Amino acid sequence: MSETDARLRAEALESLLIEKGLLSVSQIDDVITRYNERVGPMNGARVVAKAWCDSRFKARLLDDATSAIEEFAFEGGEVDKLVVVENTADQHNLVVCTLCSCYPWAVLGLPPKWYKDPAYRSRVVREPRAVLAEFGVQLPAATAIRVWDSSAEIRYMVLPEQPKQWQGKDEGELAALVTRDSMIGVELLAGSAE
Amino acid sequence: MSTESDPTLVLDEAYRPPMANGEVIFEEPWQARAFAMAVALFERGVFTWPQFQHALIERIARFDATVHGAREYRYFDHFAGALEDVLGGLSVVSRTALVERAEQFAQRPAGHDHDHAHDGHHHH
Repeated sequence: MSETDARLRAEALESLLIEKGLLSVSQIDDVITRYNERVGPMNGARVVAKAWCDSRFKARLLDDATSAIEEFAFEGGEVDKLVVVENTADQHNLVVCTLCSCYPWAVLGLPPKWYKDPAYRSRVVREPRAVLAEFGVQLPAATAIRVWDSSAEIRYMVLPEQPKQWQGKDEGELAALVTRDSMIGVELLAGSAE
Repeated sequence: MSTESDPTLVLDEAYRPPMANGEVIFEEPWQARAFAMAVALFERGVFTWPQFQHALIERIARFDATVHGAREYRYFDHFAGALEDVLGGLSVVSRTALVERAEQFAQRPAGHDHDHAHDGHHHH
């Protein structure tokens, strides 16, 4: 199927759904606006910053992330269950969806292209250390790598380690520094492993 | 400082999707519309998300098994295909009707701005 075919078929589908009264143009536009403006990695960054600043919240987050993030009232409700996994000196966590593109939309928005590519999906399980190196992440040999395979039912997000040089910053400042890739597990914040 | 009362206060103005971290999520406008159609239909209860997810997994598995490497992987082709599969399976939109409509659209003269004549919506 060519790019044109895919576009024409999507347009055809939209026009048929509208004719059948199942959707309206504005409903479709509204979803696009929502995902452009309100659903994205800044949501996860706020969760991470809060976990760094509030140990009780962090404990709740690691215990049951789905409930812990309810107070943020994020949109993107396709996620049934969110699990947050914490990076430590002993364990580095990495998230993938080997079968398709499952991803915690509510906290990270929509996945980047490479996350959905066959190369990442297949290689990250077999050779996580090599894949991380390609992302510029060099971990000490003693740090174990754990790969979490997302599904339609469970989505994972990484709680990165707070860089030492970020001590003393407030929650808002920290939220602006946390990157999407650090919450997938393919980036170390401030560039270095502890 | 309480961020719980108004969590939006901690949002950095410069830090906004989909360009957050410099990433373009949709390469073509139709991809965003296909994505939004799936989400809107799910939200209206036309199908469950796992139903859609399973159709997507099947599409991608077929690609991985047969043409992996021989053809460029275009994620949203599979995404849109999965949406067709689910809607076809539920008899919401038949494959025949879809192909017919796509062929009609293909006949439109060049420069029509691929506008939906009946709803006046413009793609950007």
